[in-house]
Amino acid sequence: MPQVTLTVNGTKHTVEVEARTLLVELLREKLRLTGTHVGCDTSQCGACVVHMGGDSIKSCTILAVQCEGAEVTTIEGLAKPDGTLHPMQEAFREYHALQCGFCTPGMVMSAIDLVNKHPQGLTEQEIREGLEGNICRCTGYHNIVKAIAAAADVMHGKRSELARAAE
Amino acid sequence: MNVVVPFEGIGASVRRKEDLRFLSGRGQYTDDINRPGQTHAVILRSPHAHAEIKGIDIAAAKAMPGVLAIFTGADMAAENIGGLPCGWQIHSKDGSPMAEPPHPVLAVGKVRHVGDPVAVVIAETKQQARDAAEAIAVEYAVLPAAATMEQALAPGAPQIHEGAPGNLCYDWHIGDRAAQEAAFARAHKVITFETTNNRLVPNAMEPRSAIGEYDSTSGDYTLFTTSQNPHVIRLLMGAFVLHIPEARLRVVAPDVGGGFGSKIYHYAEEAIVTWAAGKVKRPIKWTADRTESFMSDAHGRDHITKAELAVDAQGKILGLKVHTHANMGAYLSTFAPCVPTYLYATLLAGVYTTPVIYAEVKAVFTNTVPVDAYRGAGRPEATYLLERLMDVAAKELGLDRVEFRRKNFIPPDAFPYQTPVALQYDSGNYHATLDACLEAADWKGFEARRAAAAKGKLRGIGISTYLEACGIAPSAVVGSLGARAGLYEVGTIRVHPTGSVTVLTGAHSHGQGHETTFAQLVADRLGVPVAQVDVVHGDTAKVPFGMGTYGSRSLAVGGSAMVKAMDKIIAKGKRIAAHLMEASVEDVEFDRGIFRVAGTDKSKTLADISLAAYVPHNYPIEELEPGLEETAFYDPKNFTYPGGCHVAEVEIDPETGKVEVVNFTAVDDVGRVINPMIVEGQVQGGVAQGIGQALLENAIYDQQGQLLSGSLMDYSMPRADDLPPVGVATHTTLCTHNPLGVKGCGEVGAIGSPPAVMNAVVDALRDYGVRHIEMPATPAKIWNIIHGGRRMAAE
Ligand code: FES
Ligand code: FES
Repeated sequence: MPQVTLTVNGTKHTVEVEARTLLVELLREKLRLTGTHVGCDTSQCGACVVHMGGDSIKSCTILAVQCEGAEVTTIEGLAKPDGTLHPMQEAFREYHALQCGFCTPGMVMSAIDLVNKHPQGLTEQEIREGLEGNICRCTGYHNIVKAIAAAADVMHGKRSELARAAE
Repeated sequence: MNVVVPFEGIGASVRRKEDLRFLSGRGQYTDDINRPGQTHAVILRSPHAHAEIKGIDIAAAKAMPGVLAIFTGADMAAENIGGLPCGWQIHSKDGSPMAEPPHPVLAVGKVRHVGDPVAVVIAETKQQARDAAEAIAVEYAVLPAAATMEQALAPGAPQIHEGAPGNLCYDWHIGDRAAQEAAFARAHKVITFETTNNRLVPNAMEPRSAIGEYDSTSGDYTLFTTSQNPHVIRLLMGAFVLHIPEARLRVVAPDVGGGFGSKIYHYAEEAIVTWAAGKVKRPIKWTADRTESFMSDAHGRDHITKAELAVDAQGKILGLKVHTHANMGAYLSTFAPCVPTYLYATLLAGVYTTPVIYAEVKAVFTNTVPVDAYRGAGRPEATYLLERLMDVAAKELGLDRVEFRRKNFIPPDAFPYQTPVALQYDSGNYHATLDACLEAADWKGFEARRAAAAKGKLRGIGISTYLEACGIAPSAVVGSLGARAGLYEVGTIRVHPTGSVTVLTGAHSHGQGHETTFAQLVADRLGVPVAQVDVVHGDTAKVPFGMGTYGSRSLAVGGSAMVKAMDKIIAKGKRIAAHLMEASVEDVEFDRGIFRVAGTDKSKTLADISLAAYVPHNYPIEELEPGLEETAFYDPKNFTYPGGCHVAEVEIDPETGKVEVVNFTAVDDVGRVINPMIVEGQVQGGVAQGIGQALLENAIYDQQGQLLSGSLMDYSMPRADDLPPVGVATHTTLCTHNPLGVKGCGEVGAIGSPPAVMNAVVDALRDYGVRHIEMPATPAKIWNIIHGGRRMAAE
């Protein structure tokens, strides 16, 4: 069986995989990192989004063996070791941007990449278009869009912390 | 030091307790669970819509690496495994019971829809099971299929079940036909309207999953499953399918990733993994691929309806006649028969004073996936029909569509209001929600916005004033209507010795935030901080009993059970407090965590009382048992009736035919609001699904019964850039018959919104002579209306 060595959330792993094993299967089944979800089989839903080398990717659409030497961050690796949430996680909670939570890990990972790639800021329309690859069936996206806009301000240093969402 | 305690009780937008685990990847959905020694199941499904099974050859598959066992319908039949039961029996007009053909767990003799399970492979890994499933050779004799209701009802149509001649499940009616005919005879005008309610796939983002486990020492079975109602699954699967007594069967539904109805039902895969675990003596996991979900999760809607509305010369509605065909799919799913009858036809009065209604509903078997309740279940179909019909009628009568509605509203002083179709509404104020919504949506300013619309864009506005019935449901009433279960809910309040609280509830969250809302109820009534209230749900081994979450019932029914249990806690607490403070029980008052002797400064906290209850050194032991835990069953006295008004504003690009919803405003009366943040989120999510139905979603079968829209690449789910921001406000009239005054908010969004959007689309196309457009209003459809007409005019 092929072997693959990769770093996930700062820890190096060497794992035996089948040639057909997907990255998401490696994460969920071999490393038991079940925060990354699988919502489809056609690369549409984005429940499986993780970061690889700083970019968001759909972990259901890449083979594990393609990830040799890669640096992967999953939802489990976002918060600081002391438990402090990433501003995006914090914003999702503050703005009620999740209901069942199933799309949430992928949504958060996509959102962080979207914000990182737009240091000049994002319009509402840009946020909505940026989420094309992530489906949420619960929220109607209204609060997700608000949360991302608020987190973007914090991530770009425009605001030191989240203002309490409009009561 | 002054400690500011944030208000966490009823009415506070408390941030959700469950979010931390979901946001950090620590949610526990069924597929996240892995049991020691776990094996994997893959189900071989029929590729044909209708075929005889001539033979199944498993020899080659069985010899493949990692394969532990393969079972077919014959293996289950040999052990007298029952079929999947139906929970609701409808009787036809002539008094005969509905056709209720067997629904084998694994197909026996015949397959009846693409995706019908034929065999299960259990192997060490999922990949091995999948490889082996591909190696099973099934010989089919393909039969002609009835993929649509039209095909199924045609003379000489293929017969899907022996026990359902003509593919008819039932031919039911409600209302007074003679009175309806008399009313129509007096009518100034009768408006006719025909429409199809498009078939939808619920598509919760978490695919269904199940893990079966058998303990050969104790003989106990455990099923982990993606369910909205684990106790119902235990009841149905244990009693009717696998014949396992309750005490030997535990059903756990951990975190559930959305359901919208689709995870209410007892599905074949649950029975398969549980039964097979007893055979292979190891845990077995099955998780659907999305493609598999499309062909095995119950679908929703799928009605064809003809309606007639009789109106007098003043624009008052005299009567309504409705004839509906409802698709049941190939088998009866758990609650399918009640959806187009008691959750649909009983809603046809809507918010109007229509004095007579007669409705006929024929339920039809087809070679498609079973159809059952999907968010709103019957009520969206009724609302869509009525609210489109109101617009069509207003136009034909030359009346303003808002004034026509107002003229026919049930007035606010008419409650309780008895409709001609069985329901009695307890409260509502439709004028108030209408006025508030028109104001919030700036209805008056619309013509200016239409004139100012971006160059060439066609702008339209639409309204829907709706009502629904939820908080399901009074057991005796639904029993008389054919329900085979009671629809109460159960709640236990356990006050621990140090005063923290565990709530056990039979309701089960699949995104609604029960862990927060229910904790707020306890904070409000018992004065215990939300952080110290733990909500336990979704496990038959922990929660005494329950009926689950659907029909917007969790708070109205489950929350009411908790209130009843808390009242018992307070009553017992008062007796303990009276003993400790040497007062008479009548003099003890309780308010948010403190027991006081009236008119004195003597008081005890809830924690003092609970400690005394568990450490009964000084305790009225002669009269009272120790401990502070109470359970209550709450059976609702009536349905609850949320209602309101939705306004949609759209812009159509005539070059592409694409409809964009530019504004959406909802003002809903959901009764008392416990957590406004969660209520808004529920409405927004429901509206998103409603806009999806109106503009994007459609499950389509071809004539041979192949599902053409069978993946997320083919079935158009609403994405972030398909949807507008959704403005939500509430206007409250209290429910009069439950202790919280709550009505329910889970489904209103999906019920009220589709007709608002479609009324806006038709309004935008008013210059094109369009009377009606069927959902979904796709760009192709709209483009053809715009350009087809123009081209014809040019020719
Ligand atoms: S699982 Fe759906 S896109 Fe990866
Ligand atoms: S929160 Fe349920 S799918 Fe997004």
